[in-house]
Amino acid sequence: MKLEEIIRILQCRVLTPELDLSMDLSTVLASDGMSEILAFHKPGALMITGLTNIQSVRTADVADVRAIIYIRGKLPNDKTIELARQKKLPVLSTALGMFEVCGILYEKGIKGAM
Amino acid sequence: MAEELFRKSFSILSCNFDKAGENTTEIKALLKSLDFNPDIIRRVVVVAFEAEMNVVMYANRGRMDFVITDEEIRIDITDEGPGIPDIKQAMQEGYSTATDEMREMGFGFGMGLPNIKKHSDFLEIKSDVGKGTTVMAGIRLVPDA
Repeated sequence: MKLEEIIRILQCRVLTPELDLSMDLSTVLASDGMSEILAFHKPGALMITGLTNIQSVRTADVADVRAIIYIRGKLPNDKTIELARQKKLPVLSTALGMFEVCGILYEKGIKGAM
Repeated sequence: MAEELFRKSFSILSCNFDKAGENTTEIKALLKSLDFNPDIIRRVVVVAFEAEMNVVMYANRGRMDFVITDEEIRIDITDEGPGIPDIKQAMQEGYSTATDEMREMGFGFGMGLPNIKKHSDFLEIKSDVGKGTTVMAGIRLVPDA
């Protein structure tokens, strides 16, 4: 599924509009625990998290995540967005909660990457 | 005797959450540039990142020695800090002495050392309470090394 389509369905706010959003994504890592993401990750996933600090981007980079969606309307600070830009990692925010986001994406055929 | 091909030491500062993980990022870029197998890279970066985070969260300061030989990749971390009173307990998944601040960073859920163990082929931890901890982890590059 194209990230652009995910953005539309989840009504995401795009925090790094200058980055390419045309990528195809088929798996998700969903957790607020960064060790969980690291422990079970398979490369190339979309990360869904409520953790908005700089470690979310560092973990995503280490875990070869391709984009991050922050839930419940949470917004990372400028430093975090800047690091995401440097890593060419699109970061988005949706008003929906973790359960809704995962449910919607699962229904669209996206699978877990853990 | 394994032949050492590459060595680099990184210093790690306590409580510097903004920079935590930068050393691991550098290691990952290096391994990618050297065309290592993606699974090896994945395991090395998980070990390095968790070990780095442990120093940032718990110790006063630390050093990470990253070594590539013709047989293995080693990540040796030595820190000055409180030490681990009961290593066996610390290795249990879910056991944690993390503070709320650490958990707010997405770490400290009792998965750090278990994650290091899971992703390495060999692991040795030595700790002196009140002085510090040494974590020596490695990933084999050849099956019979």
